[in-house]
Amino acid sequence: MMAETITIGKALNHGLRRSLEHDSKVVIMGEDVGKLGGVFRITDGLQKDFGEDRVIDTPLAEAGIVGTAVGLAIRGYRPVCEIQFDGFVFPAYNQIVAQVAKMFYRSKGKVRLPIVIRIPYGGGIGAVEHHSESPEAYFSHTPGLKVVTCSNPADAYWMIQQAIRSDDPIVFFEPKRRYWEKGEVDLDGDLAGAYPLHEARVVREGTDATLLAYGPMVRTALDAATAAAEDGRNLEVIDLRTLSPVDYEKIYSSVRRTGRAVVVHEAPGNIGLGAELAARITEHCFYSLEAPVLRVTGYDIPYPAARVEEEYLPDLDRVLDAVDRSFGW
Amino acid sequence: MGGADAPAGGFVQLLTPDGERIDSVTTADGTTYSVDFTDDEYRELYRDLVTVRRLDAEATALQRQGELGIWASLLGQEAAQVGSGRAMRPQDMAFPTYREHGVLYTRGIDPIMPFGLFRGVDQGGWDANEHRFNGYTIVIGSQTLHATGYAMGVTMDGKTGGPDGEAVIAYFGDGATSQGEVNEAFVWAGVFHAPMVFFCQNNQYAISEPLERQTRIPLYRRAAGYGFPGVRIDGNDVLASFAVTRAALDNARNGQGPTLIEAYTYRMGAHTSSDDPTRYRIASEVESWKAKDPISRLRAFLAKQQLGDDAFFDEVDEAAKKLALDLRERVLAMPDPQPVSMFDHVYPNGSPELEAQRAQFAAYHASFEGSDH
Ligand SMILES: Cc1ncc(C[n+]2csc(CCOP(=O)(O)OP(=O)(O)O)c2C)c(N)n1
Repeated sequence: MMAETITIGKALNHGLRRSLEHDSKVVIMGEDVGKLGGVFRITDGLQKDFGEDRVIDTPLAEAGIVGTAVGLAIRGYRPVCEIQFDGFVFPAYNQIVAQVAKMFYRSKGKVRLPIVIRIPYGGGIGAVEHHSESPEAYFSHTPGLKVVTCSNPADAYWMIQQAIRSDDPIVFFEPKRRYWEKGEVDLDGDLAGAYPLHEARVVREGTDATLLAYGPMVRTALDAATAAAEDGRNLEVIDLRTLSPVDYEKIYSSVRRTGRAVVVHEAPGNIGLGAELAARITEHCFYSLEAPVLRVTGYDIPYPAARVEEEYLPDLDRVLDAVDRSFGW
Repeated sequence: MGGADAPAGGFVQLLTPDGERIDSVTTADGTTYSVDFTDDEYRELYRDLVTVRRLDAEATALQRQGELGIWASLLGQEAAQVGSGRAMRPQDMAFPTYREHGVLYTRGIDPIMPFGLFRGVDQGGWDANEHRFNGYTIVIGSQTLHATGYAMGVTMDGKTGGPDGEAVIAYFGDGATSQGEVNEAFVWAGVFHAPMVFFCQNNQYAISEPLERQTRIPLYRRAAGYGFPGVRIDGNDVLASFAVTRAALDNARNGQGPTLIEAYTYRMGAHTSSDDPTRYRIASEVESWKAKDPISRLRAFLAKQQLGDDAFFDEVDEAAKKLALDLRERVLAMPDPQPVSMFDHVYPNGSPELEAQRAQFAAYHASFEGSDH
C-alpha cells in the first residue's frame, strides 16, 4: 500500500478514527472536541461521523473529564480524554494520580482502566502562560501510569491506536509545536506489525555519542546530529517514545557503544526525566562512559513569556554545546 | 422581572434594546433595583462603553497585524463589564479572568496593563493590591477561590458591616461554572458568609461549547443550592449591570454575604483570535444579538432624552479613537524582554542554584557576542 505524507496532527486524527471504527467501546471526550474538532483540530470530523455519544463534548471541567472516564472505563468503555493544553491538566491531576493510576493495584487486578489521556504539550508556539508546559515528569513519577510521546506522523498514527487498545492507563503527550510537521504514514498498514508502543527507537545511527530525546526535541536532536556530522562527529539519536517505563536496554546498548550520552528535554531539568536517565546510565554503563551524562533542558523557572521562549527552549546550539563539552572531558 | 427579549425566567432590565428606560424592577424575592443617574453620569457611562469597545477593537487589530500573540475580545460584553466595574467602590477588590479589559478600564487602570501578557513580553506583572484588581487568570475558574479567600480576609480584618466596608467581586464565564474550583468557591463563600459577588458573564459559549453543555438550569439559580441569592440581569444593559452589582456589593460590604449575578450576554466575536466560530454557530444568532447591542441602546436613550446630540457622540468617538491610537503606539513600543530577565522573580528569596543557572546563561550568551545569535 502507498504511504501518504501527512502531518502529525492528521495522523493522530486518522489513528483516532481507526480506533473508533475498530471498537465501539472507544469514546473520545473533552472540551471542544466535537464541532470545533478540538482547538488543534485533532478530532476534526469525528463527531460528525461517529455521533455525539462517541465523540463527547464535555462541560468545561478537567476533573470531570477524567473522573467520568474512570466510571466509563469500569463500565467497559475505552475513554480517550483530551486535555486542551498541558497547563490545564492540573484540575484533573487528582483523578489521574490518585484514581486512574491506582485502580488496578487497589482492586488486586480486578478493575482495569483502559483510559488514554491525550495532552498537547511543550512550547514554541508563542502562547500565553499555561499553554507551553512540559509536565511529563509528574506523571512519569506516578506508578500505575504509563507515559508515552510521539515525534513523527507514523508514530503518532500507530502509537495512539496502540495506546487505546492497551489496558494500561496511558498519558499520551503530543508535541504540539510539531503538529504541522509532515512524514510518511502507511494508513492501511497492520497494527500488529507496528513498532511496539513501549520501545525506544534509534532514529539515527551513530558511533561517537548518543543523544536521547523525546517528543518535540527529537527533531532538534536530529538537526544537531546533522550539524555535528559536518564537524566529523557521528551522533546516534534515540527517540525514547516511552517515558514510563523507559526502554533502558536500548539506551544502555547505545551508550556502551558510543561512550557518551546527552539527554535533551524541554521540561525544567530539576528532578526531571533527564536526571533519572543520567542516574541510570551512570549506574549501568559506568565503565563504558568517556564523560558524565550531560543534560540540555529547560531552565528551572516557570515557562517564560513567549518573546523569550526561544531562549528557554533547548535549541541546536545548546545541544551542540553539550556535545562539545562531552567530548572535552 | 421580564424585560425585552428576556430568557425564560426573566432578568433584570432597566434599559430596553430600543433605549426605553424602565424605572425599576422588583425581583421575586422582593428586591427592587433602580438607578438614579445625573445627566452627566449617563453620558459618562456612554463614554465608558464606547471607549472600552474602541480599545478592544484596537487590540483586535494589533493582533491581526501580528503585534499580539493572541487577544480575548470583550466585544458585546461592554455593558456587563462597565456597569459592574463602575458599581465598585474604590476600596473593593476585583478578580478577573482574561477578558475583563472593560472592568480594568473602569478601575482607572492604565489600559496598557494586560498587553504585556497578550504580546508575550511578560505574564501580566501588575500589583493586584495597588490597583485593587488582580492579575488576569487563564486557568478557568481558579480566581473564584482566590477572591473568596480574599473576602474571608476582609471579614477577619473586620472590614465589613458598614458602608465603608470592603467587598470583593470575582469574574468568570458560563463555562467556568462547570469547574470544581468554582463550585468550591460557592461552597466556601456560602459557608463563611464571605463579602463576595460572583459575577458570571454568561456569553453563551465556552469556546465552541454552548451553554447547554454546562448547565440545564439558568446559572443564577445555582446560588440557591449554596445558600445565597442569585440574580440574572440583562448583561447588555449597563444600567441593570450597575444597579444589581452595586446592590450586591453593598450587601456584601454590609455583612450580608455573597451574591451570584448572571449577566446574560453574548460574545459577538470569536472566543479569542485563535478561534473559528463559524464551525459552531450560525450567523443569524449573531445578528439577533446585534439588535440588543449595549451601546446603541444607551445612545438611543441619550438621544431621545436629549442628553446627547451628534456633536457629543462624535466627540466621544474622537476621544476614544485618540486613546486607542495612543495605546497602539505604546503597545508597539513595548520592548522584548532581555532574555536573562526570565530568571527574575522565581523566588522572593532567590535560589543559589538559579543564580548559577542565570550566570551560566549569561556567559553562554556572551560567547555568541558579535555573531548574529
Ligand atoms: C482549566 C482550563 N481548561 C481549559 C482552558 C482552555 N479554555 C480557555 S477559555 C475556555 C472557555 C472559557 O469559557 P467561559 O468560562 O464561558 O468564558 P469566556 O471565555 O466565554 O468568557 C477554555 C476551555 C483553560 N483556560 N483552563
